[in-house]
Amino acid sequence: MTLLRGRGYASVNYPTGMNLGGDPSQALIHATTMGAFVISLSSVDLGQGLKTVVAQCAAETLGMPMENVIVDTADTDTGPHCMGTFASRGTHRVGNAVIMAAREARDVMLAVAADELEVDAGDLETDGTGFVRLKGSPETKIHIADITLAAHFKQGRTISGRGIFLKERNYPVPETGEMDPDSCQAHACTVAEVEVDDETGVVTVLSLHNAYEIGRALNPAMAAQQVEGGGWMGVSHAVFESTEPYYPASRDHGPVDFCEYLMPGPAEIPVQSSVILERPASNGPFGAKGIGEMTANAPIPAIANAIFDACGVRLTTMPFTPESVLRGLDALRA
Amino acid sequence: MPRVNPIDTEYFKDERRTGDFTVIGKTVQRSDALGHVTGRTEFFEDRTFPDLAHVKIHRSAHHHARIDDVDVSEALRVPGVLRVITHRDVPSNWYVVLRLIGIEPNDEPVLAEDRVLYKGEPIVAVVADSEAAATEGAARVRVSYTELPAVLDVEEALAPDAPIIKQAGTNYFVYEGHHCRRLRFGDVERGFAEADHIFEWRYSSAPIEHAPTETTGCVVVPQSSGRLLIHSNTQAAFFTLDNTALILERPFSDLQVKGGTVGGGFGGKVDVMVEPLACIAATLTNRPVKFVYSREEEMQVSSPRAAERIYIKDGVMDDGRIVARKVMLYVDAGAYSRHSPYGTTKACAHLPGPYTIPNVYADCHCVYTNRTPSSAMRGFGVTIADFALESQMDRVARAIGMDPLQFRLRNAYRDGDMKAHRKIAEGTALIEVIQRAAALVGHELPEEYRALTSSTPRGDQP
Repeated sequence: MTLLRGRGYASVNYPTGMNLGGDPSQALIHATTMGAFVISLSSVDLGQGLKTVVAQCAAETLGMPMENVIVDTADTDTGPHCMGTFASRGTHRVGNAVIMAAREARDVMLAVAADELEVDAGDLETDGTGFVRLKGSPETKIHIADITLAAHFKQGRTISGRGIFLKERNYPVPETGEMDPDSCQAHACTVAEVEVDDETGVVTVLSLHNAYEIGRALNPAMAAQQVEGGGWMGVSHAVFESTEPYYPASRDHGPVDFCEYLMPGPAEIPVQSSVILERPASNGPFGAKGIGEMTANAPIPAIANAIFDACGVRLTTMPFTPESVLRGLDALRA
Repeated sequence: MPRVNPIDTEYFKDERRTGDFTVIGKTVQRSDALGHVTGRTEFFEDRTFPDLAHVKIHRSAHHHARIDDVDVSEALRVPGVLRVITHRDVPSNWYVVLRLIGIEPNDEPVLAEDRVLYKGEPIVAVVADSEAAATEGAARVRVSYTELPAVLDVEEALAPDAPIIKQAGTNYFVYEGHHCRRLRFGDVERGFAEADHIFEWRYSSAPIEHAPTETTGCVVVPQSSGRLLIHSNTQAAFFTLDNTALILERPFSDLQVKGGTVGGGFGGKVDVMVEPLACIAATLTNRPVKFVYSREEEMQVSSPRAAERIYIKDGVMDDGRIVARKVMLYVDAGAYSRHSPYGTTKACAHLPGPYTIPNVYADCHCVYTNRTPSSAMRGFGVTIADFALESQMDRVARAIGMDPLQFRLRNAYRDGDMKAHRKIAEGTALIEVIQRAAALVGHELPEEYRALTSSTPRGDQP
């Protein structure tokens, strides 16, 4: 038995959004009496962190602390329309809509503050801690709770805002495929290192090293979570998963539970090291591109190429099972 | 401390403009993290309702068959069974979820009528007081079939003598009169004729499950106003609402979708599979109704990632330039469209990968077979294409004796390049991620390759 080591590379890009059916999302925002801002969406946070990242977008735009932002999602009675969470579109579309809504609300907030302070709204700034203050004269300031109370009970104004992001529908030209299908492209290069057991055919993915260019990492820990979680899925797609193990020859032997449908456990998780690059997208929220889907992609061919590098077997059918590795080794020896 | 990957600020320094952000670019804790780790997050199934009824499905036993008879009498005798639902109870039985964006035809029944096109296709829904009674009722439905020849391979499905399995008359989705989504750029045959080398290989994949922790499901609660409140784990609240209303033939304002807590989506919860039948069951029984997939249904009946088969032919020069690339791509949509026509177009838009190639030709086929319908999944159209494209790049580099990263850098797209779908590339950064990944693992690149940048026009660089 020999453990053969190899290294493989893959570089990819990935589109943010897909607008071949029109691709809008909306956001509404309003202030409560005591200085909270409620963002109403019908968008769905799948656990990737959409609620957190749009709260960051709102807080940054309003100039208010994160604690003042409340995000209410996924109710079609209270939230305005959103196409849905797919196509790496959530952060980009919903983020842009929230920024637009927050800008409108910020303008009203500053106007109300200006009346209270008896200054010009154009001379006001936010400090990120909850105060609106006069530029160059930071002692002249008013807290957001006093601004919203004044708006509600004294000035009779709603501090609110509406936002929408729409990339209009594009129709592919049937003859040539000419089209404008997306908003921007994120990029990645993955280096995989594997170990192939030439007796059992088992492939162990030892490590994944990634460079990702994602426009702007709005929340670096959540970007890392996408890279590492997607890397795990890539490993799983590459060497474990299928609902039809004998596709297309037979529809039989389909797994029906997690005892039969194998995925990487703790022992099979590779070491990962990654670096993020930022080339802001002109149309992205603070330059961000979508990173949601792409992180599973580059690891798969990188692993295939590493297996070849390790043992000379070129696997062209996913997943790369021990059986396929052993058959490949047999063919090389023949 | 959360794990955070370093941001290399040396790249795109002039464009990054760090600004004076207060919370953008900062690690803020995920708002749902504490709820998840303390077990307090409320998923749709955590809500309890008095008189909750349950839906289970009787499914096709064959890949392809004519239905001769459906006998539900034994199912109705099971204690606790409240109703059986057949296609006659579905107001608008034929649908395609993408009709919201104008995709035609409606090619899938909510419940089968006179034919089944895949093993596991829903035929009868049974509503009962308990999950056990619903399961027992569904098991006692008797269906008589006449088996029909099944098509289980994408290329066999397109063969001239293949049995036609679809009502529309073709075993492929029709793209504005074409049998595939086409990509035509330059003159690929001339490119092959001029090339020093030709390489042609085949790649393929098998279907893959989304494998969410929480299976697809919903609870529908009739409201005193007459509306239906749908607690769902859908990935797209309005998409689900609009499609459900069309199937129910009810005003859109009759429905409310509440969700937003999803135990794993990955594209598996955008097909609108459970809400319409749960709404019908709730309306017929005037009780709250739960319809949630079992793990077996999630794995074998809910849409997987499509299996694909991809042939790539490249014309390559001695110096490493790819001058022509032809791709024949087949997406196994299974028995019904769902999101696959869209995913196949997405695959087409992705070709020929992130490289500038002057002559490109692709036919991307969305093919129907007698299999579980595939649909959206993380990166659909792109994930399997990337496996094929990047395996191809490795093989070509080895065949012409070039370093795999230098080969990619030589062909990497840059700002201002015309993509094959005739969109001018901007904001590109493939060169930089390759350079940075090389540095990460100590893969030496010659100075001329380290000096490349995405923003320098192609004409100015080697």
